[in-house]
Amino acid sequence: MAAGFDPSGRLPDVFTNAGTSSFTTFLSRVAPEMLPGRRALPPGMAADLAPHATTIVAIAAAGGVVMAGDRRATMGNLIAQRDIEKVHPADAYSLVGIAGTAGVGIELMRLFQVELEHYEKIEGAMLSLDGKANRLASMIRGNLGAAMQGLAVIPLFAGFDLAAKDPARAGRIFSFDVTGGPYEETGYDAIGSGSLFAKSALKKRFRTGLSVDDAVRLAVEALYDAADDDTATGGPDLSRRIFPVVMTATAEGTYRLTDAETAAIGESVVAGRMENPGG
Amino acid sequence: MAMQFYASPEQIMRDRSELARKGIARGRSAVVLSYAGGVLFVAENLSSALHKVSEIYDRIGFAAVGRYNEFENLRRAGVRMADLNGLSYDRRDVTGLGLANAYAQTLGAIFTEQSKPFEVEICVAEVGATPEDDSLYRNTYDGSVTDEPGRMAMGGQAEAIAGVLKSNHRSDMSLGEAVKVAVQALASVGGEGGAARAIAANQLEVAVLDRNRVGRTFRRITGGALTALLDGDAAGDAASEAGREKTPTTPTEEAHKPTTSAGSADLEDKPGDKSGA
Repeated sequence: MAAGFDPSGRLPDVFTNAGTSSFTTFLSRVAPEMLPGRRALPPGMAADLAPHATTIVAIAAAGGVVMAGDRRATMGNLIAQRDIEKVHPADAYSLVGIAGTAGVGIELMRLFQVELEHYEKIEGAMLSLDGKANRLASMIRGNLGAAMQGLAVIPLFAGFDLAAKDPARAGRIFSFDVTGGPYEETGYDAIGSGSLFAKSALKKRFRTGLSVDDAVRLAVEALYDAADDDTATGGPDLSRRIFPVVMTATAEGTYRLTDAETAAIGESVVAGRMENPGG
Repeated sequence: MAMQFYASPEQIMRDRSELARKGIARGRSAVVLSYAGGVLFVAENLSSALHKVSEIYDRIGFAAVGRYNEFENLRRAGVRMADLNGLSYDRRDVTGLGLANAYAQTLGAIFTEQSKPFEVEICVAEVGATPEDDSLYRNTYDGSVTDEPGRMAMGGQAEAIAGVLKSNHRSDMSLGEAVKVAVQALASVGGEGGAARAIAANQLEVAVLDRNRVGRTFRRITGGALTALLDGDAAGDAASEAGREKTPTTPTEEAHKPTTSAGSADLEDKPGDKSGA
């Protein structure tokens, strides 16, 4: 641990003082080298250095929100990984998906998960959904230096707002850019290389008040459309049984659809496209 | 020049121990015990906002008695340490023993270096795959740490409470039975003339580390769920409980542990307590 040596062996003051409830603020004092944004990078572009994670979509449904991500990570023209998982629960009621440099993204996401859990344990209460989004924005802003050298990470954040007056509208989506954010989105949003095509598909097919099941199906359809036109996005892989990761956040908490459930939806989407390739 | 009075280190340590033990004994008590489904924490607490029992990590819980500001300080330190280690290594690499050791070092240093020791007693509990794998560590004000056998009591009149707990506790109990045993032990002291009393549900803080959950196992039991547990099968259990009601409320030999710790035992000279020495 970075804090100074104390011959008594007691935990350093930075551990015990009342100070902050934020884990990243604590980390910046104890072990700043563990924060992604604090590392000095050599000059020059590093964009082709590491794999890139691609398309994530999120859709607000009645009584919740759905997030889905394809499974491909690319490095230039190569497929770096076929079964990467880019959509994760941020805490019990929110989801985070990562696009951009895979390694930095996974690290930021783990840090964000600890950040939310840490606040909840220290304060005895969960952050508000807006508080969580603001926290994520400041963590992305911390990575700005690396982003300017090509190691950008863009998350998509969605969750069930426990403070919402109308439970039907409690599913909310926030997007970000490399300088932070957050920007609240209405209805749906997508990030990553295939987001243009996924959003075009959603623009035509999204309706407010969709059921969660319909939104799940729509998300997988949108990812299919992204994979159709973007080589960096992976479609349903029937031969290897690799299907998108789909998660929901509702009043009951977050839920990740089982492999069997996503396989059934993926197969049905592919079967539909056999008859009508445009969906 | 002011006159410097000499006080022997022995006298200083004895005074500090006495101060800490008195402070702890004034507070309300807490018990921690293993049951079939996990580890149960029950604390007598009039406040529903200022917690004595808290979550530290996935399988680790924290219970404390004594001064709130002092154990809150240690609780924060524990959460920070656990989250830091969990992020650096893996979530499975955060252990109760590591935390108990850090608390022991910290409490020991405060006891010897500061003019006033922390008036707290802490339990770090880690839930395992079976009740035999559970670990309960008792950290006392002077930095000593003891490994407890599946149950422990802390706070005022902890000896008497531990005595009742020892005679009633089994590690294969259900949650309902465990809560009743814990509340019965807490209520066995403090009534009129040393008799048992009743504790209302809103004066109890109850939480468990649930053995069968994956990830974060800590959950609080409040409101209706707690009332149901306290009232549940009262009639059905009455017959089997009848034999257990006549448990001794006087301290047993094992129950001497709570307020005297390994580090301070030789500094104490309580008359009549030296039978074991």
